[in-house]
Amino acid sequence: MKPVQVLNSEQLSITLTRLCHQLIERHGDFSQSAIIGLQPRGVFLAERIVEKLIELTGLPRLRYGNLDITFHRDDFRRKASPILPSTTDIDFQIEELDVILIDDVLYTGRSIRAGMDAMLAFGRPRRVELLVLIDRRFSRHLPVQADYIGRTVDSITSERVSVQWKSSDGQDQVILHPASPEQ
Amino acid sequence: MTGLSVNNLLGIKDLQVEDIQSIFETADNFKEVINRPIKKVPSLREITVANLFFENSTRTKLSFELAEKRLSADVINFASSSSSVSKGESLIDTVNNILAMKVDMVVMRHPKPGAPHFLAQHVEASIINAGDGTHEHPTQALLDAYSMRERVGDVQGKKVVIIGDILHSRVALSNIFCLQKLGAEVMVCGPATLIPKWIESLGVAVSTDLREALNWCDVANVLRIQLERQELPYFPSLREYTMQYGLSRALLEGLGKEIVIMHPGPINRGVEITSDLADSPHSIILEQVQNGVAVRMAVLYLLAGKIERNPA
Repeated sequence: MKPVQVLNSEQLSITLTRLCHQLIERHGDFSQSAIIGLQPRGVFLAERIVEKLIELTGLPRLRYGNLDITFHRDDFRRKASPILPSTTDIDFQIEELDVILIDDVLYTGRSIRAGMDAMLAFGRPRRVELLVLIDRRFSRHLPVQADYIGRTVDSITSERVSVQWKSSDGQDQVILHPASPEQ
Repeated sequence: MTGLSVNNLLGIKDLQVEDIQSIFETADNFKEVINRPIKKVPSLREITVANLFFENSTRTKLSFELAEKRLSADVINFASSSSSVSKGESLIDTVNNILAMKVDMVVMRHPKPGAPHFLAQHVEASIINAGDGTHEHPTQALLDAYSMRERVGDVQGKKVVIIGDILHSRVALSNIFCLQKLGAEVMVCGPATLIPKWIESLGVAVSTDLREALNWCDVANVLRIQLERQELPYFPSLREYTMQYGLSRALLEGLGKEIVIMHPGPINRGVEITSDLADSPHSIILEQVQNGVAVRMAVLYLLAGKIERNPA
């Protein structure tokens, strides 16, 4: 089987705009809200969402940061190679804010669990929501669900979903890679 | 970037340049962690670390203990002065007794050079050398180079002079290995009696003239005179040592260039360095202490990642 394009550049742009409108509907002027992108891949989506929100709302800036979850993951010492961290840059306290966590793909839910754990080092938020571009349905290991979903995908474990961005990969698209023959 | 090439941190001599880079990059992340309101992460919650100090230490012990606690490891402490060592127990027996309590990592300071290497061959635990006699003090050298990199950028090509009691200093030897691996030029400076004869074979320059050394360098790492290790008088008096090798603000201002001053502590104010210089903007002594925790967290994290799990 060949890789399947789940979203092309145009569809992705429409989806991003829709997600932003949903966020504006719930968060209004974002005065009590903060956006946190999860490292390493969620930050690309978060950047695009923030860019689009600023364009749509005309707000000068939003509270936005990147969060690395490496030290909170539950698979430390369970992988052949060690997990190496990315940077965290959150220059605000999330105490009493409505936090929107952003990741590209929701799969087992373990990264989000680690993300929520890591986030609590920056205060106690009033409410936490989750935004993902791709929700891989029926593959959860933990009871985690997203509040805002770009596209729901039915996939089997051996398949792989890759979200690519113009800024880092040259093109905006989402690809579903089939199981490799040796698996 | 991959994991470390070693399972123990016995000395800088055994490390590859890539290991040092991995430690620095990981330490950058931990430095961010320890500046958060909640300075703790759960990575090492399955790990128990024993801090075995067979020799006195204040900052290294506190720094390791804080690093371990900020990684959520369980910590037990041991000081030889209050232990069975004084009842005649051997090193392997002492350590094996501690390991029987299911300890995964050992941080050890010992007065005998090579003690951690010996231990690494005989016990099943990851060993971190926190100073072995006059041999090595790898985490100090790592935090020194890390602090240097933070202040002056890439260490590659920088000129670093290590001043003082080179003969009795494990910090000097580890620093020489570490700085050379990172591509710095190293000079040692001090009274001829306190510079080992073989030191030039390591590829370092030697000077007994402080002014000449300071004119040459970008960074000066000032060491303490280790009177407790000196069985013989190596110089006529402390006062004479201070006259010839003590750093002062006036001396630095006379150089016509900026240099960075480092000191691994404890400082003997008024002996190897004057108080005003130690507290001046030239000095990064307190940055070194802060970075020590982040660097030790990185070492613990990367070594713990290599410990096999026993899913019992």
